[in-house]
Amino acid sequence: MRKFWCLFFMFWPIAAIVYSAMSPAYGWWFPGDSVTELGQRIDNLFYLILIIITVVFIGTQMALGYALWKAAHNEDEKAHFSHGSHNLEVIWSVAPAVILLFLALYQMDVWRDFRVKAYFPEGTIETPIAEVTARQFEWRIRYPAPGKKLQPKPQPDDLYAVNELRAPIGRAVMIQLRSEDVQHAFFLPHLRIKQDAIPGQIIPIWFKAEKKGIYELLCAELCGWGHYKMRAQLTVEREVEFQDYLKKLQTDQNYDGFPTSDSVAKKEE
Amino acid sequence: MSTAEVALGHDHDHDHAHAPDAHGHGHHQLSFIQKYVFSEDHKMIGLQFLFTTLLMLFLGGGLALGVRWQVAFPWTDLPILGRILFPEAGGQMSPEFYTMLFTMHATVMIFLVIIPILAGAFGNFLIPLMVGADDMAFPKLNMMSYWFMWPAMLFFGLSFYHGGAAAGWTSYPLLSDLRQSAPYSGSAQTYWLLGVTFVGVSSMMGSVNYMTTIINMRAPGMTLFRMPLTIWSMFITAILQAFALPVLTAAGFMLVFDRLDFGGYFEGIHSTFFVPAGLVVNNAEPTVGGGQPLLWQHLFWFYSHPAVYIMLLPAMGMVSDVLSCMCRKPIFGYKPMVYSMSAIAGLGFIVWGHHMFTSGMNPALGMTFMVSTMMIALPSAVKVFNWIGTIWGGRVQFNTPMLNCVAFVSMFVVGGLSGIFMASVPTDIYFHDTYMIVAHFHYVIFGATLFGVFAGIHFWYPKMFGRMMNETVGKWHFFLTFIGFNGTFFPMHMLGIAGFPRRYADPYLHPYLEHLMPLNQFITYSAILMGFSQFLLLGNFFVSIFNGKKIGRNPWNANGLEWTAPSPPGHGNFDILPVVYRGPYEYSTPGQVDRDFLMQTDPPLRKTASTVAATPAVHH
Repeated sequence: MRKFWCLFFMFWPIAAIVYSAMSPAYGWWFPGDSVTELGQRIDNLFYLILIIITVVFIGTQMALGYALWKAAHNEDEKAHFSHGSHNLEVIWSVAPAVILLFLALYQMDVWRDFRVKAYFPEGTIETPIAEVTARQFEWRIRYPAPGKKLQPKPQPDDLYAVNELRAPIGRAVMIQLRSEDVQHAFFLPHLRIKQDAIPGQIIPIWFKAEKKGIYELLCAELCGWGHYKMRAQLTVEREVEFQDYLKKLQTDQNYDGFPTSDSVAKKEE
Repeated sequence: MSTAEVALGHDHDHDHAHAPDAHGHGHHQLSFIQKYVFSEDHKMIGLQFLFTTLLMLFLGGGLALGVRWQVAFPWTDLPILGRILFPEAGGQMSPEFYTMLFTMHATVMIFLVIIPILAGAFGNFLIPLMVGADDMAFPKLNMMSYWFMWPAMLFFGLSFYHGGAAAGWTSYPLLSDLRQSAPYSGSAQTYWLLGVTFVGVSSMMGSVNYMTTIINMRAPGMTLFRMPLTIWSMFITAILQAFALPVLTAAGFMLVFDRLDFGGYFEGIHSTFFVPAGLVVNNAEPTVGGGQPLLWQHLFWFYSHPAVYIMLLPAMGMVSDVLSCMCRKPIFGYKPMVYSMSAIAGLGFIVWGHHMFTSGMNPALGMTFMVSTMMIALPSAVKVFNWIGTIWGGRVQFNTPMLNCVAFVSMFVVGGLSGIFMASVPTDIYFHDTYMIVAHFHYVIFGATLFGVFAGIHFWYPKMFGRMMNETVGKWHFFLTFIGFNGTFFPMHMLGIAGFPRRYADPYLHPYLEHLMPLNQFITYSAILMGFSQFLLLGNFFVSIFNGKKIGRNPWNANGLEWTAPSPPGHGNFDILPVVYRGPYEYSTPGQVDRDFLMQTDPPLRKTASTVAATPAVHH
């Protein structure tokens, strides 16, 4: 029986490693590569940490299994008498400390670039492309009229959309995040972006999407019974398409039922 | 006045307890109510805590299975209970109900199982026995610490009755603050807050008692550095509770004041600690205020992060003791173990911000909290290495306590390592509020703490009832729980990497999560296996009280003071006043021929005969 238990404790980490290794093939992994460069840096940090903890995981579990095996087959009359070793304690205090401190310091720049306003890419802070307001249970988006700047207070010519955020490709853009009622969180899994929307605060988020596509936008902070259904999407498209979209929003919004000179001219063509 | 005099004086009052077979029968003057209900005996209070928390474990587990059912088979009929609970919906649960389920699951497990089973059950039962005291310093306060759990349970019950709190166990405002934001939870959230407050009152009474007992009532010779690690862990936990709890209690009352609405003549208090002005919630009138919702998060986590260690440290201490005994080897690095627990406790107060990396607080705080959080992994690592060092070169006995201890170490490694993803702010941006978090804290709270508790139950059961638990059933319980546990929580890491958010009633609404349904179904099957395996523990526990093999004082050949007392100990605990000569980890001491353990009360090996005669050691 003692052999069984030793093998049991050695077997499960192996099963865990095998299972983890085959996970990407089954799709139990990231929802695709990150579409932002910052997101890729986050992924790289993830893989760095993953490598370190995998090594430590295998090391400690195998040490545990081996120690168990040896101790279970100890034919001596008595166990080895030892109260510990000062040198070992120093080694296994200092080594993890160095690794952990390295990990903490190594990641500062990604966090800084993501979150510290002074390091936002140039031009993003001055001209946010939209204000996203979370509410139970939808996302309301307010764009400034084409050619104008987004004002903190809503303007008569602002453009509105619900659950559909659009952004141009290849340009660093910033949005202003607000909440109208309870706390929500703005989660773009494909962009590796998450930011809580705190009632009473306006929080800037910037991103630079590099790949065209439609990406899910979800709520990641419990906001009530409908938390799961705060489904929206981010459409990343070419700059021209984005501008066209804003213009179309403007036309639709200003439509008063009468044909405009533009539409008449179009018809005559 | 020395502790010896106190103990002697007490012995004098209760000299009938001196009979070698004192099982507490001699206390004819105590009525049934005094002995079993409003008991002031720390052992009875510990057992009351143990019975209550074991039953609550099943309630919490049942709620968890409900959560798992919805995540794996959304909008299908809940088996067995569905038709009773939701007849009008044809047996399927509503998203409101789901939100309530995970909130109350966490609440029950944290406030009614893990914290009271560690501090309440084991702390009460073990502290006086292991330090060589006849009871706690304040027995009446101790009794009240148990009976204040009942108003807490009453309020949680009322919360259930009113639909259940449904703002998550973290109860972030404004969802937990403004009634109109969660109309279905009505008064439930207020009752929930009152329940948590009463748990806090109970814990506070316990912690004052534990600190006083450990400081003042140790047996002669029991210096601080001769205390078992269990006692150290309970001591440090008590300090943590005493310092952290007031903050939660204050925050809880602030939230209650924000919510209170008596209706009628008394309009309520309607403070706005957490409510900013001008919010339009659920089409109600705009809020008036000037509060700050982030304040709650700071106050809440200032308690609840140390609380994570309140939920872990005692298990670490108990596992250290059991592991050392079952390996027949001194604990590796006793003082580093004490220092690392103290370091965890100290650092535990300056890491709360890592729960708030995505909250929008000042980014400089994120950097600070990342460094402190990384540093708290260090003492945890030291402890793991010391446990492995303890096993190394030992003579292992694979019984149920030992198996659970090894599982504790093995699972704690996983929980600790996955925590690094969350300690790092950049990766936490992605993993925050995904199933990575769920996997992480279940590996710590279930994988580590609960396996540690299982080890503790099997190890100290003979002392509690004078009988052994069944080994075969114990091993099957361990085996099935271990398999079910890993089947449940290991794949959750992968869900987290896939960006699967927590607390979603129906995640498959989002196309990028659709393919994760089969994996979730596997998790649910594993959870069912794990949940139902606990009946083995419950059955073994209750049947063994009457049918277990009777044993003597020291069935494990362990060293601690509790093993010199009768099993179960009578009122006043010790029939012979314990005098301590050494630490509790002297196993396999060289120079000793007949046996491989030296109890704390055994006279020194090479001392004069007069000292030996003065202190007769008791063991079987």
